Amino acid sequence: MTVEQQMITIGICILGTMLTRFLPFLIFSSKKQAPEYIRYLGRALPSAIFGMLVIYCLKGVEISGGNHGLPEVISIGIVIALHLWKRKMLLSIAGGTICYMMLVQMVFL
Amino acid sequence: MKWKAFKTAFPYTIPIFAGFWFLGLTYGIYMNASGFSFVYPMIMSLTVFGGSLEFLAVSMLLSKFAPMQTLIMVLMVQARHLFYGIAMLERYKGVGAKKFYLIFGMCDETFSINCAADIPEDVDKGWFMFFVTLLNHFYWFFGATLGGVVGSFLTFDTKGLEFVMTAMFVVIFLEQWMKEKKHYTAYIGLAASVICLILFGADSFLVPSMVCIVAGLTCMRKPIERAGD
Repeated sequence: MTVEQQMITIGICILGTMLTRFLPFLIFSSKKQAPEYIRYLGRALPSAIFGMLVIYCLKGVEISGGNHGLPEVISIGIVIALHLWKRKMLLSIAGGTICYMMLVQMVFL
Repeated sequence: MKWKAFKTAFPYTIPIFAGFWFLGLTYGIYMNASGFSFVYPMIMSLTVFGGSLEFLAVSMLLSKFAPMQTLIMVLMVQARHLFYGIAMLERYKGVGAKKFYLIFGMCDETFSINCAADIPEDVDKGWFMFFVTLLNHFYWFFGATLGGVVGSFLTFDTKGLEFVMTAMFVVIFLEQWMKEKKHYTAYIGLAASVICLILFGADSFLVPSMVCIVAGLTCMRKPIERAGD
């Protein structure tokens, strides 16, 4: 990517984000309710989207070669275990990341 | 009036303070380790102010230029703001010119405080929400910029640091998961993405996944809505 292309990409991030934040205030007055279908998507989308983003993060993992995704599987296991145990977001994220860094730097070379 | 609103707002933001420093710092270091100057996390933390997208933007900036895919990705990742906005139509009413900044800075954490906080009668609600937004924005900006600056002086091996993004999404996903009685929507998200990843490959599976997710949610509306009761 050239610097111009990077600027455009960042510009799209800003524009898209602001569009999603401002649009409801532009469309709906506080008297008019949003359509039922839109409100349904609002309730249903988050889980599906975050599921997709987890898969997105793992798209580069090689199942059949390399480490067979073992560092990822182990570290995600740690994240889930820590989160079910303490339910402290920062602890779960830090624990999983440190575990992953140790695995790829010392165990799975 | 402003001082009182500030003093009331500050304690609400302390947990966010801890979180944003850590995540913002990590984001800055991550950007630095990916070869970007501290100017990038500085500008992005100021203008986008949305953690998950900013992390994703790193990989988008490192892949080949694809403006359409970027836009669709941004809209899908940020679509939840539409629903935050719908929820805040009433609450952000009548606060004057501050409303523009309140909407501009409405990230997940700011939304959850401004939406849920019980603001005392004698505190100005507009200024309270303004300071919550401003403080959170500042924590994130400071953490991200600092991370971008100190990143180049770090002597420890940052290999594997990118997992922080995976861990963050796993935690958010888990939080969503624990809120639901049935997990239809989570399954639809995971299944659609895995199938599209296999069919379309790592570089172009996102857009088809998003289309499949919206289609799946539309087809499954009845059972999903029943489960939500």
